[in-house]
Amino acid sequence: MGASISAGFRTLFAKELMRFWKVSFQTILAPMVTALLYLLVFAHVLADRVQVYDQVPYQTFLVPGLVMMAILQNAFANSSSSLIQSKMTGNIIFILLPPLSHIEMFLAYVLAAAVRGLVVGAGVLLVTLIFVPVPFAHPLWIAVFSLGGAAILGAMGLLAGIWADKVDQLAAFQNFVILPFTFLSGVFYSTHSLSPAWQSVSRANPFFYLIDGFRYGFFAVSDVNPWVSVAVLLVALAALAAITLAMLRSGYKLRN
Amino acid sequence: MQAAIRVQALAKRFGALRALDGVDLAVEQGEFFGLLGPNGAGKTTLISILAGLCRMDSGQAWIMGHDVRADYRRARQLLGVVPQELVFDPFFSVRETLRIQSGYFGLRNNGAWIDEILEHLGLASKANANMRSLSGGMKRRVLVAQALVHKPPVIILDEPTAGVDVELRRSLWTFIRRLNQDGHTIVLTTHYLEEAEALCGRIAMLQGGRVVALDTTANLVRSLHDRIHVRITLARGTWPAALVDRLSESDGLCHTVRLSDPGELEPLLAQIRSAGATIAEITIQQPDLEEVFVQTMRGSLTASIEI
Ligand SMILES: Nc1ncnc2c1ncn2[C@@H]1O[C@H](COP(=O)(O)OP(=O)(O)O)[C@@H](O)[C@H]1O
Ligand SMILES: [Mg+2]
Repeated sequence: MGASISAGFRTLFAKELMRFWKVSFQTILAPMVTALLYLLVFAHVLADRVQVYDQVPYQTFLVPGLVMMAILQNAFANSSSSLIQSKMTGNIIFILLPPLSHIEMFLAYVLAAAVRGLVVGAGVLLVTLIFVPVPFAHPLWIAVFSLGGAAILGAMGLLAGIWADKVDQLAAFQNFVILPFTFLSGVFYSTHSLSPAWQSVSRANPFFYLIDGFRYGFFAVSDVNPWVSVAVLLVALAALAAITLAMLRSGYKLRN
Repeated sequence: MQAAIRVQALAKRFGALRALDGVDLAVEQGEFFGLLGPNGAGKTTLISILAGLCRMDSGQAWIMGHDVRADYRRARQLLGVVPQELVFDPFFSVRETLRIQSGYFGLRNNGAWIDEILEHLGLASKANANMRSLSGGMKRRVLVAQALVHKPPVIILDEPTAGVDVELRRSLWTFIRRLNQDGHTIVLTTHYLEEAEALCGRIAMLQGGRVVALDTTANLVRSLHDRIHVRITLARGTWPAALVDRLSESDGLCHTVRLSDPGELEPLLAQIRSAGATIAEITIQQPDLEEVFVQTMRGSLTASIEI
């Protein structure tokens, strides 16, 4: 039985990887180009006007934020689109009929989503490094925040994909929740440059901690202590995992 | 011996609609069992509950003795379901689809069996074709193949031949029959009475979420044939006295007789002629089989359920 548990998980994980890999032009290349365009535009427009941290030029400051944004958006897109497509086409039953447990389903979807986010993020970073010098002060923090961020958004995508009945609802979730939260989390600026009121608003945004902690890994400077950020990350991940696992176990919206 | 499928007091509502209204059923191992009923009878709902696609409101269900809720892993491992809807994953080829499905059931090296299923279902030449490129009939075959990757002892097919051409229907029949001969328990839902008649040893008729008849196919077919109505209009002469008790209706020259076997017609006509009457017209009311079936079962419903 132990062997079959992992075989079921591995198959679903591999299937989810194949799903985006087969259309990698849309799922990897296109988002990479988008992120690089952001970099080009913002770096060009703001380079001479914004100085965020001492010693860190604006182009360089921008890189971790954009990489993290790519990770978050693509991890979310992967699990949410996979779920909603399976539900709409009905082929979700291929996953519901076999003896897969809710934990296997959760791990497979979230990890595959995380892989997609990380592949896109790494791609953006590698291309950027050709043009912009970026330090790697604490690689371990970089790893922790990129993995954690990818997993959180993968779980969020799974949750949204289970919840949504239509593609429209998912698009709304993406446009009115994910996108503003990532944009307002300090991708393009340090929250220290904001008024105190806006600073405290930013602090209520969990995505802020993901980006701030991630940035600490590169520059060894950040708006808040990275240990605080990691605590927020773990709490968010645990909460999302608990909710999503409960949904999967109860069959919410999947087994009516 | 453990029943292949056992269902007890199964109930399921969708809002105010009772999709299943207290279903009791047992299908023994090795049976070829038919689940019949009009659209909306609850057949798919029943199958969905057995497969864990849908939650029951109350009652219990077991596959080979394993509770479909408490012991869902083993229950699902023992069950293969061919869904009614023609679903597929457009990202994959036929072989990939079957490999993936094997993996979900914990089988990593299933190539030999996959080849065998592909061969038997006439899919070998399409093994590497993308699912999207297949015709409806081919997609249906892949669904059958997917249900078989883990060699389940119990196989449920939900209207596998609906909207399928005659050739595929025949080859599916042959294939499913062989599965049954190999020891698999088969449950088949269908609209086509002739299909159930040709294949199933026992039939349950479902209507409005209730089992309205449950008997061997032979018994059910017998009760059906009683419903052949023959209307004989005489041009001249009178109805023979010896045959008066066979009449179910009589109106002037027009006489109606009920037969249980079409073979009774010839002797009947001979008797009429030898009594000196001339026959002007014969109409055999070919009853809509399904209609009659439903009617018959509605009668037996009250009897079998009230007890
Ligand atoms: N998900 C659902 N939501 C609401 N009603 C449903 C749902 N599934 C089935 N029904 C209803 O339950 C009844 C039984 O449906 P079904 O089991 O599909 O019948 P059958 O397979 O015998 O045609 C029908 O009236 C159908 O409309
Ligand atoms: Mg149905």
